[in-house]
Amino acid sequence: MKLIQEPDFGTPAVKAEKTVTLTIDGFAVTVPEGTSIMRAAAEAGIAIPKLCATDLVKSFGSCRLCLVEIDGRRGTPSSCTTPAADGLVVHTQTDRLKKLRRGVMELYISDHPLDCLTCAANGDCELQDMAGAVGLRDVRYGYDGENHVKPKASDGTDNFRWMAKDETNPYFTYDPSKCIVCSRCVRACEEVQGTFALTIEGRGFDSRVSPGAHESFLGSECVSCGACVQACPTGTLQEKSIIEIGQPEHSVVTTCAYCGVGCSFKAEMRGDELVRMVPFKDGKANHGHSCVKGRFAYGYANHGDRILNPMIREKTSDPWREVTWEEALAHVASEFRRLQHQHGRESIGVITSSRCTNEETFLVQKLARAVFGNNNTDTCARVCHSPTGYGLGQTFGTSAGTQDFDSVEQSDVILVIGANPTDGHPVFGSRLKKRIRQGAKLIVIDPRRIDLVRTPHVEAAHHLPLRPGTNVAVLTSLAHVIVTEKLYDEAFIRERCDWDEFQDWAEFVSQPQNSPEQVGALSGVDPDEIRGAARLYATGGNAAIYYGLGVTEHSQGSTTVMAIANLAMATGNLGRPGVGVNPLRGQNNVQGSCDMGSFPHEFPGYRHVSTDNVRDSFEKIWGVPLSDEPGLRINNMLDAAVDGSFKGIYIQGEDILQSDPDTHHVAAGLAAMECVVVHDLFLNETANYAHVFLPGSTFLEKDGTFTNAERRINRVRKVMAPKAGYADWEVTQAIANAMGAGWSYTDPSQIMAEIAQTTPSFANVTYELLDEKGSIQWPCNHKAPEGTPIMHVGGFVRGKGKFIRTEYVATDERTGPRFPLLLTTGRILSQYNVGAQTRRTANSVWHEEDRLEINPIDAEVRGVKDGDWVRIASRAGETSLRALITDRVAPGVVYTTFHHPATQANVVTTDYSDWATSCPEYKVTAVQISPSNGPTEWQLEYEDQARQARRIVTSVDAAE
Amino acid sequence: MTTRIFVPLDSASVALGADEIAAAITAEAAQRGVAVEIVRNGSRGLYWLEPMVEVETLKGRIAYGPVAPSDVPGLFDAGFQSGADHALSQGLTEEIPFLKKQTRLTFARCGLTDPHSLQSYEEFGGLRGLRNAVKMTPEEIVETVTRSGLRGRGGAGFPTGIKWNTVLQAAADQKYIVCNADEGDSGTFADRMIMEGDPFVLIEGMAIAGIATGATKGYLYTRSEYPDAIAAVEQAIVIARKAGVLGPDVLGSGRAFDMEVRMGAGAYVCGEETSLLNSLEGKRGVVRAKPPLPALEGFLGRPTVVNNVMSLASVPIILDRGAEFYRDYGVGKSHGTIPIQIAGNVRHGGLFETAFGLPLGEIVEEIGGGTLTGRPIRAVQVGGPLGAYFPPSKFDTIFDYESFTDADGLIGHAGIVVFDDTVDMLKQARFAFEFCALESCGKCTPCRIGAVRGVEVIDRIAAGKVDGENVDAQIELVTDLCETMKFGSLCALGGFTPFPVVSALTHFPEDFRPRTLKQAAE
Repeated sequence: MKLIQEPDFGTPAVKAEKTVTLTIDGFAVTVPEGTSIMRAAAEAGIAIPKLCATDLVKSFGSCRLCLVEIDGRRGTPSSCTTPAADGLVVHTQTDRLKKLRRGVMELYISDHPLDCLTCAANGDCELQDMAGAVGLRDVRYGYDGENHVKPKASDGTDNFRWMAKDETNPYFTYDPSKCIVCSRCVRACEEVQGTFALTIEGRGFDSRVSPGAHESFLGSECVSCGACVQACPTGTLQEKSIIEIGQPEHSVVTTCAYCGVGCSFKAEMRGDELVRMVPFKDGKANHGHSCVKGRFAYGYANHGDRILNPMIREKTSDPWREVTWEEALAHVASEFRRLQHQHGRESIGVITSSRCTNEETFLVQKLARAVFGNNNTDTCARVCHSPTGYGLGQTFGTSAGTQDFDSVEQSDVILVIGANPTDGHPVFGSRLKKRIRQGAKLIVIDPRRIDLVRTPHVEAAHHLPLRPGTNVAVLTSLAHVIVTEKLYDEAFIRERCDWDEFQDWAEFVSQPQNSPEQVGALSGVDPDEIRGAARLYATGGNAAIYYGLGVTEHSQGSTTVMAIANLAMATGNLGRPGVGVNPLRGQNNVQGSCDMGSFPHEFPGYRHVSTDNVRDSFEKIWGVPLSDEPGLRINNMLDAAVDGSFKGIYIQGEDILQSDPDTHHVAAGLAAMECVVVHDLFLNETANYAHVFLPGSTFLEKDGTFTNAERRINRVRKVMAPKAGYADWEVTQAIANAMGAGWSYTDPSQIMAEIAQTTPSFANVTYELLDEKGSIQWPCNHKAPEGTPIMHVGGFVRGKGKFIRTEYVATDERTGPRFPLLLTTGRILSQYNVGAQTRRTANSVWHEEDRLEINPIDAEVRGVKDGDWVRIASRAGETSLRALITDRVAPGVVYTTFHHPATQANVVTTDYSDWATSCPEYKVTAVQISPSNGPTEWQLEYEDQARQARRIVTSVDAAE
Repeated sequence: MTTRIFVPLDSASVALGADEIAAAITAEAAQRGVAVEIVRNGSRGLYWLEPMVEVETLKGRIAYGPVAPSDVPGLFDAGFQSGADHALSQGLTEEIPFLKKQTRLTFARCGLTDPHSLQSYEEFGGLRGLRNAVKMTPEEIVETVTRSGLRGRGGAGFPTGIKWNTVLQAAADQKYIVCNADEGDSGTFADRMIMEGDPFVLIEGMAIAGIATGATKGYLYTRSEYPDAIAAVEQAIVIARKAGVLGPDVLGSGRAFDMEVRMGAGAYVCGEETSLLNSLEGKRGVVRAKPPLPALEGFLGRPTVVNNVMSLASVPIILDRGAEFYRDYGVGKSHGTIPIQIAGNVRHGGLFETAFGLPLGEIVEEIGGGTLTGRPIRAVQVGGPLGAYFPPSKFDTIFDYESFTDADGLIGHAGIVVFDDTVDMLKQARFAFEFCALESCGKCTPCRIGAVRGVEVIDRIAAGKVDGENVDAQIELVTDLCETMKFGSLCALGGFTPFPVVSALTHFPEDFRPRTLKQAAE
């Protein structure tokens, strides 16, 4: 193992068909037209000295180290800003250039600290490298002149140019004394991240990097994505972990375990200590970018709250007792066998994790099907994207997004509905913003004014702030405009879809109840905006739809997905780059957990359990008979538990108590079971109701794969030994074997081989191929040996695209005099899902509690001021949290995040759900808000119960 | 009969009391019952005579100057309203040698007319160029300007027609004309004089540029220090728009062009075209690397002509009289006329428009009349604060682009500042660095740090703290620094700072020696 040093070509790659050939230092080089001389030289293996250039951002031309001479041209142009051209004869090293570069370096060093040996960047400093490269031997100006380096001048007076370090950001420091004003950080913030938080303040010698208008990093608009730190060539912006630990000595490429973007990172290590996570430039999902979570929020992996020993207890009111793995596994096996013996084969089940690897998920569902002998397996995708699976499966034939992320670079119109990419999928959000800054038009359909609606250099052409629960009506109304104004793509529809079904659908959407005027009245959206958005989507060029849980988590979630599919088919926006229907997956491996057969009715690869030949193929390999009856969904398991027929559950890496709707119902279900096995990093909320706790392993502690929202299978690579002794897949295998299964996997690659053997869309996937290609997008089989970036090219997977009528049916969850407001939920950049990981990192400085967003009008009527405690009550329950008064939400709508267990936002959500998939209706709850003086009785009781439930008696205590 | 009396509104004249004089004349005339019509004209550019009052007579306009308000009763007593003789009388304006020797093409009307009378503008030949242009194809206009040999008057001397052609050939939904009126060089005032004294010629030039390149929108970017010029141009734009010179249908041609004035925030570097564009876009005034050329990716990323006021104001006469008429003036590759601005320690300071080709010595000694102090000229700085210093031994240098380049100098915006023999050239060299340090945008390293170090090195030489050997080392260091800045800087600010420094070192080495050594040498 060694430290992976990614080459920096100085300027971004250019995609051009035409090439030019030039001569650099006597070598002929051929590059795409528009490539800089610097990059051309780098591709030929000649490293022209540089400081302000990096291939992450556009050329800038400020450092003046990369000057070259070109035969027949005057002067010494900078190679980063001068395009290569046919026939140029370039010299990168001449006496004149050597002298100039040395002159420039002499100036740099005359205003730079001479503390290389004690500088955190020592060994990873481009300034240091360049001083060496140009042969700087002397700084004749001395070090007593004007400078930013010393706090005091030689006469003892204060040096007004000197600025103290800014250490406000929890993850990196800014030391202005080391800044060389290359602007790489500023440009990265603008071009890569798109936040525009940084600038250069002052001019001339006074120039210095500044967050906002001379603010602190933490106090500024900085979102701590780390792009500036990565771009900094010196120790000016430096990870605190490097300052504390030192430079890493080896690195391993792996995949982030946060959201569904699936960013590739280099885990940079010193021994088995993780020094930092650096986004990997060759990562196909992120191309070297990151967000505050993946880049910095890995501290939970070492958090003191991690449970490292298995624990059991008889009753959930008992304290935990630490036991050996052997004892714990034997206990689980005997309990599960006992329950099945006493209550029947169907009395136990599993919940797979969308955060664990494909291999681990595959084993957990295999445990249910092949060892428990039932199909009682479900996963958290139930509560997020199950309608995507259903809706896209029905219309297109596959349960996944149609595009790769790179596709957005070719989009002309981007429709975002029910998603908040800059918070939920930040790295993709940045790419989306970049495309919009390049001129693509944006349509946002969201009840809330998300950042994308208006953020620096990005503004939506249309924002449709619809009333929560009216997605189907608004999307069908867009279709109404497209059909009645004949903006549809008849040739595409006739060729690729069922024309009769289209006509039926067209007749339906044309009906007057779907007109923008009628839908406008019920959704609260301006009819002109509906028409404008429909025309733009249909006629603006390549149009792509990106959506999230604001689409799926509704009583008509599946209908909405179908409405989206209809729009894309009707306008021919499928089957090529720049278009498509793209669900933004919430968790790192939610796509993978669905692919791996986590649902009770489907084997891996979305094949129904009743399909004989599919079942046969698994029976042959697994050597056991398999049930042809779909098993229980999560909510069915809980119902059955309350009824007394479901008794035991193995939950890997999920916290259903906090993440699932109607907390009271979940708690009642869990409390009714006799053996709840929670396999997790922490004593999560669900563990309060558990009898066995098995300590889990982080993504840093195991090998495997994650599949991101673009169907990309990325490798997860172990960088340290599992702290609790076993990777999660090993624990599942041990449970199976304790129950007599006799599994013998010694490496996750063997599990992937079994997946490939049994699942046609994974047929060609091997770890060797993944290592070779970096990543693969399924389907990957004999038809697409290297994977499939874009789906449905030339035709739909199901054959003909299917138009389906999407009748709007209002949810049963309605506002009335008692509950006049609609609550909808979402997430925030710095926290992730239920917060189990991010709350255990310094990310909490950005979001220490969930707040309830209320429009000023609704707040005033209720006498609520910003920061006040408010009680929020629904038909299901009530909780309290503090108010945030903002016009981001319209009157009549309130909004909160659900990252903190203290909030218990799901106490108020109801058990209404999607008609097709039971996906809960998180996004619409009728509520009332009233001033409150603090947490509710339930919250206090809950906290007390949780404290009780988390007591651990160590073995020493037990002996006494 | 009402007598027309011309009192300049030019801000330099106003600074010298022109408003008070106009008021005094009005009051005095009323008191005496003399019928006068006061016309506020632009300046003729004879600044040592400002405020210069002219009286229209049958023989022509008679000039009196410099006039103080206290002179007014005396002028009336002498009968100046009929052109009578007086101690301040300069005779017929047109016969004043400084004016008579000029070739006024760009400044043909400046000082003659009421700057806001479009009628008067047309009477004196205005709008003929634009009227010709609207009958031509864009290609023909560009070809005419190219053939005229007009080169950028901002200093770089790039052929205007070629720049226009690049913009014309570029395909874009929107193109722009940007007039660089950020006149910041020391001793220059030609742009201001035109904006205040004949704004229509600039508007006409911009309209022609717009029609020639397909740009429908123009911006005039100027300095907050020019409030009178801004007001004058804005007023002229309103008049031009009303008269159909600007707007959706320029002179009934069916082609659109309109413009507005934008004010900078006071950075010298925003006179550099790419910083100017950033500033115009509302960004920090930081230099952009070229390529991309502004002609292809300029204002808001669109193809943009960025021309100096003088370049654009020279276009109407070319379209009026033809490319050859203009081209035949000048020498070598420097065609047409150049408005030279003579300033500093000089007897006859002012604007002198002439064909390229005069020797520098003739300009400062004969036309300028030598120093105001009467002491010998020691140095002349040409081309603004970043221009080279010329000693009298180089006064045979011909005033054109190439000769000045060959003499390690530049003509820049054609500003000349004269110094007598009391000047300390070490201080002047220090000033060059100081100016660069103050005005650097801070983007490129040679300029950002180099200028500050330059001041320090010069101070080390000046302080005489060092022995003779070290002076040589410091001079070597400053020479190396100049080379780094000249060839390493991103734009002309850092790149040209070495001109004054190196010329001072080369031509006046004695000023850089420690006093003791210098005295010892004597």
